[in-house]
Amino acid sequence: MHELAITQSIVEAVVDRLGEARIASVRLEIGTLSGVVPDSVRFCFDLVTEGTTLAGARLEIDQPGGRARCRSCAEEFSSDDPIMLCACGSADLDVIAGQELTITAVEVV
Amino acid sequence: MCATCGCSSPHDHDHAHDDRGGQVIDLQQRVLARNDHLAEHNRTWLSDRGALAVNLMSSPGSGKTTLLERTVRELPAAVAVIEGDQETQFDAERIRATGRTAVQVNTGSGCHLDAAMVRRALGELDPRPGSVVFIENVGNLVCPALFDLGETVRVVIMSVTEGEDKPLKYPHMVRTADVVLLNKVDLLPHLDFDIDRFVGYLRQVNPHAPVLRVSARTGAGLADWYGWLRRAIRCQVAVTRGGHGDLTKTDSPVVGGHPGVGEHPHPVALQPVDSPP
Repeated sequence: MHELAITQSIVEAVVDRLGEARIASVRLEIGTLSGVVPDSVRFCFDLVTEGTTLAGARLEIDQPGGRARCRSCAEEFSSDDPIMLCACGSADLDVIAGQELTITAVEVV
Repeated sequence: MCATCGCSSPHDHDHAHDDRGGQVIDLQQRVLARNDHLAEHNRTWLSDRGALAVNLMSSPGSGKTTLLERTVRELPAAVAVIEGDQETQFDAERIRATGRTAVQVNTGSGCHLDAAMVRRALGELDPRPGSVVFIENVGNLVCPALFDLGETVRVVIMSVTEGEDKPLKYPHMVRTADVVLLNKVDLLPHLDFDIDRFVGYLRQVNPHAPVLRVSARTGAGLADWYGWLRRAIRCQVAVTRGGHGDLTKTDSPVVGGHPGVGEHPHPVALQPVDSPP
């Protein structure tokens, strides 16, 4: 359950950047290949934000899909499966999207 | 276009959108930026000392501590150990009994080590220049995968009592491994474990990491492990001097070695795949 630590990092990062400002909403990008489960972050968010400037804030999560480039045949393809295989059979890939784990924006009250 | 709200302004700075009711501030901040920043500090600190940091990750019960006990006894190098567990000092005591230095980190409710914990432990450990610093992560095949500790190399340990399909069940961690140790091979005669199937599954998520068959109990295969570590130490020295290393090769034949592979999956062999730019 690393999502608890991840959610704590989100709150710390927002407080670091915005100090005392009351936060109305937080927008995240959690890629489908990031290894982080959005529902678990949602579950942790209310617990972790309690007593902070983020208490009661709305949480919006965008989930960019996965995309990879094959190192064997140079083909680019989309996949949300963490066990990615190129159509040519190679598993030797550069993941070029889907691993995002970013606080994209916050809305202050 | 603004990445936050899709508006057409080409701004990349903090900005307001009054139509949303409040002020929307564009952050574009990586969630793990703080951890990754501390990890980079750890990496620099270790590199300045010419130390090789080895992050050992596995499920509970894979024989990680037994392997480490034997390794620190037999490896002819300066060695220091950081032990990560939720509770108890047991593992650090086991390492100290070998005569080596060890610091125990208890994570409490935490399921993984992070860069801040390792930073504190390194300060306490104060490893000698040129040491191999083993960091035994919390036994867990999920969470430690995401947290860069500032390690030089990542080692995943699996054992033949765990089933061949573990690499596919835990792809995030296996993908980041620089080497995979398959432990407890002395038990193979008593099990139905199919090594070829295990390696086949592993190759679907990590095409290059060498697979070393070892038994921490009997010592089988440990010479290959020590050989790999010696190569890693040499690579660390080379990288410290501005060169590159390749850890996909080993001193001895390995199971499932990828034929014709001369290129490490990471652009610079000794940088973990998730390390920040």
